[in-house]
Amino acid sequence: MTGRRTVVPFGPQHPVLPEPIHLDLVIEDEKVLEAIPSIGYVHRGLEKLVEKRDFKNFVYIAERICGICSFIHSVGFCQGIENIMDIEVPERAKYLRTIWSEYSRMHSHLLWMGLFADAMGFENLFMNAWRIREQVLDVMEETTGGRVIQGSCKVGGVRRDISGSKLKEMSAGLDRTYAEVEELNHVFFDDSTVIHRTSGIGYLSKDDAYHLGAVGPTARGCGVAIDARETGYLAYPELDFKPVVENAGDCYSRCVVRAKEVLQSADLIKQAIEKIPDGDIEVKVKGNPDGEYFSRVEQPRGECIHYVKGNGKRYLVRERVRTPTLTNIPPLVKMLAGCEMADVPVIVLTIDPCIGCAER
Amino acid sequence: MTIEEQLIREISVGELLDEVKAKSDDGYRLVQIGCTRIEDAFEINYSFDKENRFENLRVTIGEDVTMPSISDIYWGAFIYENEMHDLYGIPVEGMNLDFKGNLIRTSVPHPFRGEVTVKKVPAKKAVEETKEEAKADAGGEE
Repeated sequence: MTGRRTVVPFGPQHPVLPEPIHLDLVIEDEKVLEAIPSIGYVHRGLEKLVEKRDFKNFVYIAERICGICSFIHSVGFCQGIENIMDIEVPERAKYLRTIWSEYSRMHSHLLWMGLFADAMGFENLFMNAWRIREQVLDVMEETTGGRVIQGSCKVGGVRRDISGSKLKEMSAGLDRTYAEVEELNHVFFDDSTVIHRTSGIGYLSKDDAYHLGAVGPTARGCGVAIDARETGYLAYPELDFKPVVENAGDCYSRCVVRAKEVLQSADLIKQAIEKIPDGDIEVKVKGNPDGEYFSRVEQPRGECIHYVKGNGKRYLVRERVRTPTLTNIPPLVKMLAGCEMADVPVIVLTIDPCIGCAER
Repeated sequence: MTIEEQLIREISVGELLDEVKAKSDDGYRLVQIGCTRIEDAFEINYSFDKENRFENLRVTIGEDVTMPSISDIYWGAFIYENEMHDLYGIPVEGMNLDFKGNLIRTSVPHPFRGEVTVKKVPAKKAVEETKEEAKADAGGEE
């Protein structure tokens, strides 16, 4: 060690990062001593738009907070309004929302797995992950009309139904996807390159993960079994479900959690297809919201909160979105302290940063 | 169809640190800190969770109040406190990582402070101001 400290700016544009996060890395030789995060490059003030779009139309804005977890954002927002207004969403709509939410999780995790492989220089793995992701996107497109922005969720239910024959077809398709993901996961779990680049890297203890507010696979990879799906929204209470937890607290562990969650999502969709009841898919919404609600949903990256507050008018007083990436930044700072400079991109990717979400 | 109990307890600024410390000692994790503008005051919600029990502490403050930082108790609180400062202009004292207004850099300072403040600054003027700032940063040279 020379004892000479240097500040290396990392991002906001970086070859391995699809998201514009900036970190000032204080390094000594090749060791990172401290990482100081900075966001704000893509802040769009979307929350403020709630003062100019009535609450029913704001669903479209909520959905556009992020291109990856768009559907679950619309669920979070609608659920908040429905709770304020005491709207009972039809059971079938809850199941449809669950199915699309889990497809969103599958597509987000497969996208992440591809990007993660790419960051490690594993191009073949990257392309295979994205090839499987296409099957998921195809189903989203066939059932909602949109690959990325679905526009299917509305206050009071959903806009589109899925026919019984299509549900059967989806179930059979999921079997094929499941088998392919299992095969792909062998590479993520057993390949020496992946293990070498991730095992023991970016360690975060269980206590730190909990007290620093980590959520989603970042927390579950450290042995913290928190998952907002356990709070009982949508059809999750009717499905057999337990959070995927790994205990090593390193990059490998977080990778394994996501890889297993793709399989878990496929299983949850199949369960939902088996149990989905017949009936209406929406109810009429009359009046305006007057009250407040913290709506918690589980995004692919973790717990997301849509706080909505209305005063009886068409325009809400406040829509505050606390996204998983925002709360995973302090744990990231902790993970980076003490790591090798070369491991920074891999560690940053393991929280699956979505800066579009974080800055809104 | 309330699916989750929404516990919100109003407290004063003076009680904040003790209440947050009690939550930390009781094993709650900090979920979020969020601010809402209500007429001539601000409502700040501190949300906590323990085994899916979701609780909120609410502080209502006037425009000229400085908030104490809870980052000594919950280290990761800096991200919410800086956000609150940058968007609402609420000073927060004692943050472990103070970005001094540079976490979320916006062309309009504290854009969420007033009601629909975005409307008050026309885009053209905002661009001119940005150019002026860039010019000043470059020592007056084009």
